[in-house]
Amino acid sequence: MASLSINNVCKTYNNGTDVLKGIDIAIDDGQFLILVGPSGCGKSTLLNMIAGLDDISSGDIRIGERRVNDLSPKDRDIAMVFQSYALYPSMSVRQNISFGLEIRKQPKAEIDATVNRVAEMLQITHLLERKPSQLSGGQRQRVAMGRALARNPSIFLFDEPLSNLDAKLRVEMRTEIKLMHQRLRSTIVYVTHDQIEAMTLGDRIAVMKDGIVQQFGSPQEIYDNPANLFVAGFIGSPSMNFIPATVVESAGGLGVKVCDDHGCVVLPLPHNRAKLSAWIGKEVIFGIRPEQITDARTAHREGLPQMDCHVKVIEPTGPDTLIFVTLNETKVCCRAHPTEAKRPGDAMQLVFDVSKAVLFDPKTEVRIA
Amino acid sequence: MANKLSVGRLLVYAALVLVAVYYLMPLYVMLTTSFKTLDDIRQGNLLSLPQAWSPDAWSKAWSSACTGIECGGMKGFFMNSVRMTVPAVLISTMIGAVNGYVVSMWRFKGSDALFTMLLVGCFIPFQVVLLPMAQLLGWLGIANTTTGLVLVHVIYGTAFTTLFFRNFYVTVPDELVKAGRIDGAGFWTIFFRILLPVSGPIFVVCIIWQFTQIWNDFLFGVVFAAGESQPITVALNNLVNTSTGVKEYNVDMASAIIAALPTLFVYMVAGRYFVRGLTAGAVKG
Repeated sequence: MASLSINNVCKTYNNGTDVLKGIDIAIDDGQFLILVGPSGCGKSTLLNMIAGLDDISSGDIRIGERRVNDLSPKDRDIAMVFQSYALYPSMSVRQNISFGLEIRKQPKAEIDATVNRVAEMLQITHLLERKPSQLSGGQRQRVAMGRALARNPSIFLFDEPLSNLDAKLRVEMRTEIKLMHQRLRSTIVYVTHDQIEAMTLGDRIAVMKDGIVQQFGSPQEIYDNPANLFVAGFIGSPSMNFIPATVVESAGGLGVKVCDDHGCVVLPLPHNRAKLSAWIGKEVIFGIRPEQITDARTAHREGLPQMDCHVKVIEPTGPDTLIFVTLNETKVCCRAHPTEAKRPGDAMQLVFDVSKAVLFDPKTEVRIA
Repeated sequence: MANKLSVGRLLVYAALVLVAVYYLMPLYVMLTTSFKTLDDIRQGNLLSLPQAWSPDAWSKAWSSACTGIECGGMKGFFMNSVRMTVPAVLISTMIGAVNGYVVSMWRFKGSDALFTMLLVGCFIPFQVVLLPMAQLLGWLGIANTTTGLVLVHVIYGTAFTTLFFRNFYVTVPDELVKAGRIDGAGFWTIFFRILLPVSGPIFVVCIIWQFTQIWNDFLFGVVFAAGESQPITVALNNLVNTSTGVKEYNVDMASAIIAALPTLFVYMVAGRYFVRGLTAGAVKG
């Protein structure tokens, strides 16, 4: 096991495109790092660079105390699980797992012991003599993990390992990966475009876009305190509501004014007045998550601002029902208890919990408060 | 689905049968003629069966027919063709496999340009290279030898085999190579242990193609080989053109079939693996 630090790493292709523009990330030994972002954000490139499959244009990557910039993949003490699993098609599961050990010239008895131990841990012992083509998607996934585990590397790299599985299996394997991490306390770098995987698995999340780390922090930090509009919208499902609204003076503080076709309400802001005084009378983007707009029964608390809103669409998900209303001419999603949800066309009393609301500059999309 | 024959169906089948007959007719004529005696040929109809099946024309074609002034039959030239075709096919296929592996999996600066140039090699007409190639073979001291012919066919075939293998390897996920590199395998280990075992289908395609091309080649054979080292295609031409009074159609036919048998054989043996091998890989779910 080892820590990983990435210092000011850049990647420029020969044709001049900057894929990565100065990445700084550091994690401790045993941490689970998630690189998440939309496609084309550079997360897979960064992973390939950690693996040594891609050159670094400038900057440093260190695994433990070693600078690995110029080491070839095999000397970096890493193992990787690929999106397509990349199992060697002509080899049996056993050979797939032992291949890397054989190349490293481990003694035969040791290899056999390792393969058996790993197979048992992943419950694939009965599959050892099969070819990859005879395995289901989930089984292939396990074999790919087994191949990485057998090597016992300092760092595991996962490149969207679950995206080829069906929804149910994906959730199961997610839990297994987390379990494996808890048991082995291994250092893991995991690339995904799925923000739910990012939230559930990671100790640390780096949200990337356009070759830049937009925010680096723990999942809860990123969820509660997004650094900018992109991060706020990317993390969380359904995503945060962004309501254009004007900052106004309200009883004893500042608030934002939101209107439905029934009427308006001023939602008091919890933020420090000094921070926002420059914005009085100006339009900001008011960000509030769906679970912070709900029915009175779910809200539990007295004295929160509330408003009757015209329900446009409802989407029952089972545990909650999503209510869509229109505030300041923007579609807004609210999360309510199923029994409290009204029908489309009716008016419904919604309670706003503004304690975690955030504000963004509409031009720069940077967080104001 | 209705089983009964509709008029449309009937027309389709009739057309197919007609085309099949048209295609098989020459083969039928060749086969029957080769088993006829000369008298039989003179008296009978082109399409009639032999009055008595005689293997004489076949043994004459194999061992004593005259090609020019030599009268040793086809057997020596048959072996020439084998000695030329087998090494040329194997060498060009192996070079193509390595080339294809490099231009698809180990892209380097200029690898696309290199591949394009190789591709152009497929379109160079034979005639254009005849004179320079003759000069080159002369310098190397292998003019008029089977080795010289092997070299010519290897050089010419590499463009095609590279194209075949490159197009096959671009369909193999490059994550396989990445996984190999991370496991610590080098260039050749990845090639031999990971990629070659899944390359069966493309080897079959490549070998069929190269075998047919090289075995059937006439131009290079007639230009770059002389006398003793001529391949069978050139010998067949000489045999048919050599007449000592009587035209021995039965011997001509038997010789032509002998010259064509190996390519037929390769199709029959390898064709099965061709179909079978296509879906073997299965890398992804």
